[in-house]
Amino acid sequence: MRIRSSVFACFCLILEVLGIALFLRGFFPVPIKSSFSSKSKLSDVPPEPFTGRSLNSSKVPDALFKRVVIVLIDALREDFVFGPNGRKYMPYIRHLVERGSTHSFVAKARPPTVTMPRIKALTTGSIPGFIDVVMNLNSPVLLEDNLIWQAKTAGKRMVFYGDDTWVKLFPKHFMEYDGTTSFFVSDYTEVDNNVTRHLDSTLKRDDWDILILHYLGLDHIGHISGPHSSLIQPKLMEMDDILKKIHGSLILKEAEGALPYLLVLCGDHGMSETGSHGGSSEHEVNTPLVLISPAFKKKVGMEKPSTVEQVDLTPTLALGLGLPISQNSVGRLIQPVVEEASLRDQLRFLHLNGHQLSYLLKDSMPAYEKEEGYEQFRVAEKSHGNWVKLVVEGNTSEVLANMGKKVFKQYLEALRAMSAALSKQLGKYDMYSMVVGMVLVFQLLLLMLLAMPEALSSASEVDLPVSSALLSLPFYLLCLLLSSVHVLVCTSAESSCYFCSLSWGLVFGAVALSSALLCILVSMAARRGAKPPGKSPSHGGVSGGWSLSELDVLLLVGTAGHTLSLSASSFVEEEHQVWYFLLNTLCLVVFQDVCRKYFRERRANIGSFEDEAYLLPSNEGDAVASPLADLGVTDAGSEKWLALATPPLTLACCRLLRSLNQTGVQWAHLPDLGHWLNSLEHKMVLSLFAALSLALIYFLVQRRCSWVSKIALALGLLGVYSYRAAVGNVVFPWHHGGGNMSKGTVEARFVYVFVLGILFTGSKDLLRSQVITADARLKSRGLWEIYSGVVLLVALLFRAHNLPVLCCCLLVQTLMAQFIWKKLHYDAAQTTIMHYWFGQAFFYFQGNSNSIATVDISVGFVGLESYVEAPAFFLTALSTYAGPLLWAAHLVCYLSSEKRSSVAVGHGCYCLALLRSVPAAAYVVLVTALRYHLFIWSVFSPKLLYESMHTLLTAAICLFFTTMEQSRSSSRP
Amino acid sequence: MWDQEIRQMASSHAIMASGVFMATVVPAVLVPGFSVYGTHLLWLYSVAGAVAVVNITLFWLLGVSSPTKKHTITYKVSRLVRSCLYLLLSCLFFHTVVILYGAPLLETALETFSLAVLLTSLTTLRCVCVLGPNVQAWIRVFSRHGAMSVWDTSLQMVVGCSVVGAWLGAFPIPLDWDRPWQVWPVSCSLGAVIGYLTGLVAAPAWIHWHRKHLTYKIK
Repeated sequence: MRIRSSVFACFCLILEVLGIALFLRGFFPVPIKSSFSSKSKLSDVPPEPFTGRSLNSSKVPDALFKRVVIVLIDALREDFVFGPNGRKYMPYIRHLVERGSTHSFVAKARPPTVTMPRIKALTTGSIPGFIDVVMNLNSPVLLEDNLIWQAKTAGKRMVFYGDDTWVKLFPKHFMEYDGTTSFFVSDYTEVDNNVTRHLDSTLKRDDWDILILHYLGLDHIGHISGPHSSLIQPKLMEMDDILKKIHGSLILKEAEGALPYLLVLCGDHGMSETGSHGGSSEHEVNTPLVLISPAFKKKVGMEKPSTVEQVDLTPTLALGLGLPISQNSVGRLIQPVVEEASLRDQLRFLHLNGHQLSYLLKDSMPAYEKEEGYEQFRVAEKSHGNWVKLVVEGNTSEVLANMGKKVFKQYLEALRAMSAALSKQLGKYDMYSMVVGMVLVFQLLLLMLLAMPEALSSASEVDLPVSSALLSLPFYLLCLLLSSVHVLVCTSAESSCYFCSLSWGLVFGAVALSSALLCILVSMAARRGAKPPGKSPSHGGVSGGWSLSELDVLLLVGTAGHTLSLSASSFVEEEHQVWYFLLNTLCLVVFQDVCRKYFRERRANIGSFEDEAYLLPSNEGDAVASPLADLGVTDAGSEKWLALATPPLTLACCRLLRSLNQTGVQWAHLPDLGHWLNSLEHKMVLSLFAALSLALIYFLVQRRCSWVSKIALALGLLGVYSYRAAVGNVVFPWHHGGGNMSKGTVEARFVYVFVLGILFTGSKDLLRSQVITADARLKSRGLWEIYSGVVLLVALLFRAHNLPVLCCCLLVQTLMAQFIWKKLHYDAAQTTIMHYWFGQAFFYFQGNSNSIATVDISVGFVGLESYVEAPAFFLTALSTYAGPLLWAAHLVCYLSSEKRSSVAVGHGCYCLALLRSVPAAAYVVLVTALRYHLFIWSVFSPKLLYESMHTLLTAAICLFFTTMEQSRSSSRP
Repeated sequence: MWDQEIRQMASSHAIMASGVFMATVVPAVLVPGFSVYGTHLLWLYSVAGAVAVVNITLFWLLGVSSPTKKHTITYKVSRLVRSCLYLLLSCLFFHTVVILYGAPLLETALETFSLAVLLTSLTTLRCVCVLGPNVQAWIRVFSRHGAMSVWDTSLQMVVGCSVVGAWLGAFPIPLDWDRPWQVWPVSCSLGAVIGYLTGLVAAPAWIHWHRKHLTYKIK
């Protein structure tokens, strides 16, 4: 079966997206959530188990504590309190730990050890998976069942001071709050003073039940100078003093007969040896947990603190305050806290905790009844019932006490087993789905690589031996084999597996596809092998023949090198550096090519090469006709100098853009032009920049549009400026109202109208060129109009300080197209690779990085009154991937305006697909190999999401390519 | 075919390489507290100086440079002045390129310029010594099939290796290993010097290997 290479590429890429989707489904563990979206209520609380008549109270046992003060010190490492330096750092707390009525533990945090997921873990008791963090990017409010909500519903009055993440998560829960931002990492005194300044007055008052303090200073010190810095000790001593003050005032308030207080000191995560956090090293994961209350027994000496999970604090606090345990909590009660209560109460607490865990288990596991913990809990519950019956009947014998102890042990065992089963389910990869996805992706990549000579040939067609493969015996044997493997794997797997839960039709489709691909691969490889490799028809590909130019070498080495670099976490974090570096080198090599061409020609003119001398005037004639007249330059001799100036100008642009947005991790904190422009005192400069950029954008885009779209474009760009002015980013010259910032909805919608108008005109032209006239000029104009529509939309979405990025992008595109790609006769493959590199670099120039944090979500609200999922997602994706998208769009315009356009578009599409699938496939394997790496959640997983999103986008672009080529070839006969 | 010249080249390259070696060892003995990382700029200048001295002396003695037609003193002086001018321009050129590659504009200007000086002494100086201050000849040598003698080929290889070495040297900078050689511009200058040494070894070896196939156009 012969198909065109663009269709082939498109087909491969779409299947690859499916493979990656399957891989992702297996890679990211689905967070356990109970299926009820509601929250636990007091009325849902199960009654105390009782054999016989159920007369028993179904209420939660009374609270153990009246007041709770939680002091959360960001990045408090376990050895800051319990280590050998603890006595020096926090003398008062250390004294209490050794001699006071306290309980101390080492609480293990789960990665990602970042503040926000940790706060979620502490309040909900669940373990937020990575995907959870991504899913909740757009709604900062914590909607899950959590301790704070429960406390508020129960009428507790809460006061909060500290990191404003809390305020974002719980916007209406606190009676009184003051959030401090952790924006300036270099500030480590002011952030804490802002918390402490409220302390005195709050401690004097009596109108609160829960006080939460979140101190950020220590974390900032860690980021600046690490855990061994000299700043650590004074900071910890300051914290110690604060704790002493709180403890003192709590003791003073302590009234006889009332319930005691509870003071909790904890950290959200630790600090690595270099002072950062996010990973899963011992020092980042281990945090201290000190509970201080007169209800506890006095300690007699330093004991080695036992280890608990960080999430265990949630059910403990909930039960201690007499609240229902939040639904998704996987924590278990920290038993020493309640050991002073009566045995009946203790058993009741354990029962409540077990009941909640067993419900969660039932919900998240299909085979919950087989779980060891669940059975143990059933048994324990039954004997608990018997025990309560005996107690109610007034039995007080020795047997009863022993029986109680036995029930107690059973409960503890059951809790441990259930909690472990739940947490294990979170950390498990669904290897089977991952492998199936990976195999699919790799088969497609190999297919594309094997088809390279044909796809890049002058016919631009690929001969796939589909029918012979489908009718061969090996195909059916393979199908059988794979199906049996599938059955075998699925019946023997203990854990849930996504691919196994798919319907049989889909699975069989995948099996057939995979075996067909394998057969096709083998037969193609055999065909390739049969041909003598040296005599294969020369193709215009990247590896054209044996003589590679420097440019080809660079393009190949760069692509391979970038793919390899993804295996190092630092290179993933600093991927922009790799692209900037490669792009610079590319520009220099192009510069060398240009120099060579023009200086060679001069020599040729002087010498006796007459054919080249003939070529020269015709070249110049072309130049006068198209580019220079467009740009208003009429001097033909200047073309050479413009061509020579293009690469240095591009380099200068890149250098400028690079300092516009500092991105990545290591140098992200350095000041950049973007911050400078966004500061208030430079608003005027920013406005000028934005206006200038918009004018230049108009000038660069309008030259190939029809007059209708020219006007629409101009009005649209004006609308963009007024939108920015309305939002308050830039100054409007004749509008000095100031202060009244609107959302700019009207202005943004005004621009949307023009975007749609331009897109409509463009597609109308395209359709006309396709259906009626088959006019190439009409078609290229239509394409350009669609391109300009995208530019206008991006201009609206980009922040004001990023408009120069768009402007430089257009400038570089115009110059390169006029003077480099056309003049130096680069073929479609080379041009495509260059476009791809530029696209990647511009992705980072906009300020993106490989961490989820840099996705600008506010874009989703441009022109919308409230959050609407579909358009918000579309707009965010568009603005994030604006760079690659614009370059790909330009590639379509450029290639289809070439003379041998049909072939060129096919080649371009194929190259783009190949360029995308090589890193995507390599990365999928890498992530699988590194799945137990320290940085898997903090560095590699976000990059995996970016890669998949980019692949999806490229598939869409390739589809567009294919339709473009289709119209051309269908209009030809 | 060019056995004589190859032998000459191999021995002169050996002297140049030992010059780099001496420039590292001698200050280590003489200057207290000298180390390649710690007092990097000192090392850099000593290498650059040694390379310059060895190159100029060797090529002057060998007389590789195209024989001058005139012997007037003014001509010689103008040649010298032009050579110096080209060297300065090349320093500025390398400085600009390094900044375009992303080096900070102002903060580490001294380090960046030192790297530019080193690169100049490794590449441009050799061009000046072999070809003289003649831009046309430089362009000829560095365009495709432009080499006209064994020395031109070796020049291409040494210059190429030094530049590629410096280029590769930039790759470890983003890694978060916190090693002393990741500090700007240590890895780049080390890369350049290692590339230079590689070029010195590779050029005679390559020419010796391909001596049967090498043909040069006569001017």
